This record gives sequence, C-alpha cells and structure tokens, in this order.
Amino acid sequence: MTDEKKASEMIKELMDKHYEDALEAKKKGELVGWAASNFPQELAECMDLALVYPENHAAAVSAKKASLPFLEYAEGQGYSTDICSYARINLAFKDIKECEALQIPMPDYLLCANNICDLMVKWYENLAVELNIPLFMLDIPYNTEPAVTPARLEYIKEQFRMIIKQLEDFTGKKFSEERFKEVMEISSASGRAWKRAMSTLMATPSPMNGFEMFTYMGILVCNKGRKETTVALNKLADELEERVKNGETSYKAEEKHRILSEGIACWPFLGHNMKTLMQYGINVVGAIYCDAFAKVYSNLDEMAIAYAEVPNCVNLEREVASRVKIIKDHNVEGMLIHSNRSCKKWDGFMYEMERRIAQETGIATAYFDGDQSDPRLFSKAQYETRIQSFYEVMEQKKAAAAAGEGTR
Amino acid sequence: MSNVNEVIAQFQEVVNQPGDHVKKYIAKTGNKAIGYFYYAPQELIHAAGMLPVGIWGGNIEPSSVRSYLPSFYCGILQTAFEMGMKGLYDCLDGMIIPNLCDSLRASSQNWKVAVPQVEFISLVPPVNRKTEAGVKFLLSEYENIKNTLERISGNKITDQALNNSIKVFNTYRQTMREFTKVARNYPDIITPSIRNAVIKSASFMDKVQYTALVEELIQGLKTLPVKDWDGKKVVVTGIKMDSPALLKILEENNVAVVADDLAQESRLFRSDILQTSANPLENLARYWSTMEGCSLLFDPEKKRCDMIIEDVKETGADGVLFCMTKFCDPEEFDYPIFKKRLDAANIPHVFIETDLETETDEQARTRIQAFTEMAAL
Repeated sequence: MTDEKKASEMIKELMDKHYEDALEAKKKGELVGWAASNFPQELAECMDLALVYPENHAAAVSAKKASLPFLEYAEGQGYSTDICSYARINLAFKDIKECEALQIPMPDYLLCANNICDLMVKWYENLAVELNIPLFMLDIPYNTEPAVTPARLEYIKEQFRMIIKQLEDFTGKKFSEERFKEVMEISSASGRAWKRAMSTLMATPSPMNGFEMFTYMGILVCNKGRKETTVALNKLADELEERVKNGETSYKAEEKHRILSEGIACWPFLGHNMKTLMQYGINVVGAIYCDAFAKVYSNLDEMAIAYAEVPNCVNLEREVASRVKIIKDHNVEGMLIHSNRSCKKWDGFMYEMERRIAQETGIATAYFDGDQSDPRLFSKAQYETRIQSFYEVMEQKKAAAAAGEGTR
Repeated sequence: MSNVNEVIAQFQEVVNQPGDHVKKYIAKTGNKAIGYFYYAPQELIHAAGMLPVGIWGGNIEPSSVRSYLPSFYCGILQTAFEMGMKGLYDCLDGMIIPNLCDSLRASSQNWKVAVPQVEFISLVPPVNRKTEAGVKFLLSEYENIKNTLERISGNKITDQALNNSIKVFNTYRQTMREFTKVARNYPDIITPSIRNAVIKSASFMDKVQYTALVEELIQGLKTLPVKDWDGKKVVVTGIKMDSPALLKILEENNVAVVADDLAQESRLFRSDILQTSANPLENLARYWSTMEGCSLLFDPEKKRCDMIIEDVKETGADGVLFCMTKFCDPEEFDYPIFKKRLDAANIPHVFIETDLETETDEQARTRIQAFTEMAAL
C-alpha cells in the first residue's frame, strides 16, 4: 500500500474544491456565473470564469436530504409542483440565499443551454428577471433528424461567437484561441478517461457498485476542462482496470443480475435504492451517462456536435440505439426505469423507448415512480415490491436461458 | 341584430363540429388540410393551396394515449393524441409539431408511431429568435417545411403565392384586432363563449372566407347601440380558455372578456408580418422574432406581464383571469412572476386551472364568484 490517494477521494476533493473556489471567487469580488449542466463549460473555463451548476447543486442538496424546505418555499411563491424539482430548489435558493447542506455564491450572470430540456429556458428567464442579471442563451435545437444538420451546426457556432463576445464584454476577460484549444484537449482527455473507466463495467462481475457512478459524474459537469479532473478520472480507470484484472469489485454482494439504470437518480433515496438492489444481488452496470458524459472532440465543429447530441436532444431512434449498445456491450439483463416526475421530456418518450428496447434485446424491464429531488413523490414500499418482481422476472429469464429454451 | 345572430351561429356551428367543417371543406374544394400545434407557418400551408388546421385537442377521454404519454401531460396533447389514434385526424395530410416545450419535444417522437397515418412535419423554432443566426436557422426550417408541403400538395409554392398568403393572413390579423376592440363594447352580445367561438373558428376555416365573415360581424355590431355593462370586465391570459363549462361560469357571474392574452386567441394575431425583404419566406421567418408576450417565446424580460398590465389599463378591466392549462410548465413558470407584477400594479387577479374538457370544476365557480366580489371593492 502506498499513501497515494484513491480516485474516489480525489474526485470528492475536486467537487468540494469546485464549490469552495466559486465561493472564494465571489468573496474576492470576481464575477460568478450560474450555468446549465450541459452548457459547454469550455467557453467559460478558457476565460477562467468561476461557474456554479444549479442542477448539480440541487442534486447534491437532495442527496443530503435537504431539498424539502426549498421545494416548499418555491410552492409558496406560486411555483406548481408540476415544475421540475431542480428548478424549484434553485428558484427558492435564489431568494433564501443560504443552504446549510451546500452553500453556493449568488450569480452575476447566467449561462443557459437547452439541449437537455426546454424548460431550462423558462427557469433561467425567471432567474434573469428576478435577479436582474444578464442571461446568455445558447440555443441548441432538438435533432428530429438522424444527425445534426448543417443549418443547426451553423446556428450553434454562430451563437458560440455571440456568447464569447457577450462574456468578454461583460467580464472584461479575453477569449484566447490557444487557451480554448488547450481546454478542449483537456476536456476530451477527461472524456476519454471517463469512457475508459465506464468500459470496465463491461466485465463480469463489474468492478464497482454502479451507484458510485452517480457520485463521480458530477465532476464531468463541473470540472471537465481541468487537468486535475483528467488525472482523477484516469486514476479511477486504472483502479477499475486493476480490479477487473484481479477479479475484484467494490460491489459488496454477489452480482447475480446486471442492469441498466434509466432516468435521473432518485437522489433523496439513493442509499435506500442501492441497499434494496444489493439485497437481490442486482448491480447497475450501465447508464446513459456512461457514453453521454464522455464527450471527445478535436475542433469547434466536433464540440458543437458533441453538445448537440446529448441525451434528450436526439430523436427516439438514436435514444433507443444508444441504450441498446450499452445493453449489449455491458451484458445487461434488465432495465430499471425511474419514472421521474420532474423530467417530462424523458418520461414522455420512455414508454415507446422501453417497448422498442425490450423488443430488440429481450431484457426484463421495470418501472418505479419517484422524483430526482422531491422526496414526497417516492414510496419505499412500491420500490421494494417492484424490485422484487423485477428480480423474479430476471431469475426466470436466466433459468429459461440456462435450460436452453430462450424466452424471446 | 338578426344578421349578427346569424353570423354568430355560423361560428358556433364550426367550433361545435370542427372535424365536420374541415371534411366538408376538403370535399368541396378538393384541397388537402395540414394540422399544427400552437404556432406554425400557416401562410406556407395556405400558399400550397391547403387548409391550415389548428389542433387544440377536444372533448374526449384519454385512454389509448396512455401507452405513449404520461398522465401528467397537458390535456391538449393527451386529447389530440387520443383523437389522432382514434382516426379523427385522418382527414389531415400532415401535422406540424413545433418544439416549443418538453412535452412537445417528446410528443413529436411519439406522433410518428402513435398517429403514423398523419405525417409528422418537424419544426424546431429558434430560442434566440431575435438574432440574425436565429432568423437564418428558422429560414432553413421553413425551407424544409416548404419542400414537404409542396410534395404533399403537389403544388409549387411560388413567391407570388406566398406574398399573397401573407397578405391574406395580415388582413385576417388586422380584422381580428379590430374585432376584439369592437367586441368590448358589446359584452351583452359577444359573451365569453361567443367571443371564444368567433376567434377559435379561425383554426378550422379558410382564412379568406373566415375574415369576410368576421368583418360582417364587426359591421353588424357597429350598427347596434352600445349599452352600459353592469358586470365585471376581465383580461384573460394563458394558453386557451375554451372549456364550455368555464365560459358558462363566467357568463353566469356577469363577467365579460374585454381582452385576451391566449395562445389560441390574440397571441395569434397581435402583430403583422412585415414586408422587409423581397424574399417572402424570410419575412415569414422574421415574424417569429417580432412576436412578443407568450410563455412559449423566449422572453427574458417577461414582457408578457407588462403587456397584460397595458391591456388592463387600455380596457379598464377590473382584473385578470390566469387560465392555467394544467401541466403546462411554460405557463407555470410565468405564473409566479405574473403574480408579483400584477400585485405590484395593484391589479386583482384570479387563478383558474383547467384540465380535460370532460371535467367541470366547482372550484373554478367558487373562485370566480369570490373574484367578482373582491373586484367590486
């Protein structure tokens, strides 16, 4: 044993530092931005701007079981419970300005992108109006076509130029092509490291408990353009590869069934969800984040396309194909779907997507109701019952396959 | 007066049986019809010699749609899908679904499989609609739609035809603005239900014929004496307010609609298409950048609220009715800001939530009664 830090510690420290740095920047009088999770942070990183990601903050607050007072406050302000709980938490924080679970600085400007959902635009409109600060909007149009069309690419790139100019004018900092290239390289290297780490989950048994992925991926949202992130993720990949080589895993049960976790995590009950699955020897060995967060590109066009091809921004056929690929590559037996009340886009194509995936792969599927941040919308009893029957279906399928009958 | 009543009856007939009206139009003219949600380039459909049909769902119990859309999708989409799946839109040759909210984003993908017999036509309007890059992008979207419409109709859309259609639609818009102004003077005749029927009919009728009929109504109204109105006057805001039960509640409580900020009504004709370019398609694309005051349009200053306050001042309304389409998140995001701004301006307002048409809401009745009493203070 050396005293070298483990990847998990490095990642945690980087996340802590991300929030500390933002608070520190604010204290020093620097301008701090709030950004949408899928806004190309490369643009801000290369100008050395401090950013905070409200979606990541809301998820962290929810995981620390501190979301409810914020949700209730927002409802008191007239926000419907129909609205995304991340948005409600953040719109409440905008007024309350204090959060014991995880403090963030108030913003001086906003960076919005709508690739993952349209309501981001409404959420950031409200922030801009209420805080009276500028909103820099990056519109990444939904891809109904099988690929990003030339007209879309041109529109996105034109907006990159516009936003760089807006940021230069507002912050007084200069955009440098050279630094931008460097940040793109670092971001791509982080993406490659993530991809390498996630590809180890193809091994049987998977070298880690899949829930760890949910805690690691925040670093890609907040810090992908930093060298320390590349180092930490490469360390993670190394550790996982080493475990695979030795047949080891951090999953503390016998891995009887391998599943794909579909939908945003149910943060307030992450521990409960993990324990329930472990009781049945069910391990998460894949999620859409495995590939989606591994953005690799070498020039501006490719970067624009990478941000335009994130989940929820591509058509149904591509959404299905990306899941089927993970299911096949990772040897997945079942898909556990979080019917997440907050995410209308994701829920809205889930039924048809599930039918197509089941038809194409023959795997078992199960739904549970919940919410990414609103603890009132999840029932432990329902979850446990659903997991039990999900387990039984997977057992039957496995037995049938072993008996050589096949179930398709 | 008899003439006014006759014209009104024609509009009522259309909104009571919109499908029949569209089918009759198709049978009579031999032209095809194209559906659309909310905002679509109707002028292009018209220029291709087809009938643009606004789809707003209807009075039907959602059942088959449940295998595609979650129950917390708005009633407009739930019932439109249900009707589409039941074959009620088979008279349409295409359906333009604009990407204006997350529910529409997912719906565009579901439509392809749930209602495959009515061709899905994609439209992704730019959020950065006021930038030149946004206009250029929308122009490319419209070019795609133009090609699709030419294929479906078999007609070439010439610049001349499109210029003509833009003129037809601008005349329609001007006429409608005139109608909403004139109608304010006759709340006893143009009741909330009739006002909705007149305006909503435009979704299903040939615009030339429709505009002429509205013009006839305006002229007929103008010959009548303006009477004092002892009831309340409201401005309504939201996506739509066409629930017969709700409109009836307003009438029972002597509430007149003197102006609206509804997507199904005034938002469709608040401004004209400007002829700034020699390319009519570009003029059409630029129209999107000039529209204001809708939760579905990027509005970082929430001009919508200022526009509602202006409407109240202009009309001398007693207050504002926020008619919330249940599960419409764009509207739900606007509501808290609306509430603050109206409170700051000391304008009374009431919140009514509408869901499926099949449900009547006693809560709406109580709220409207309480509101009329409060607004009297």
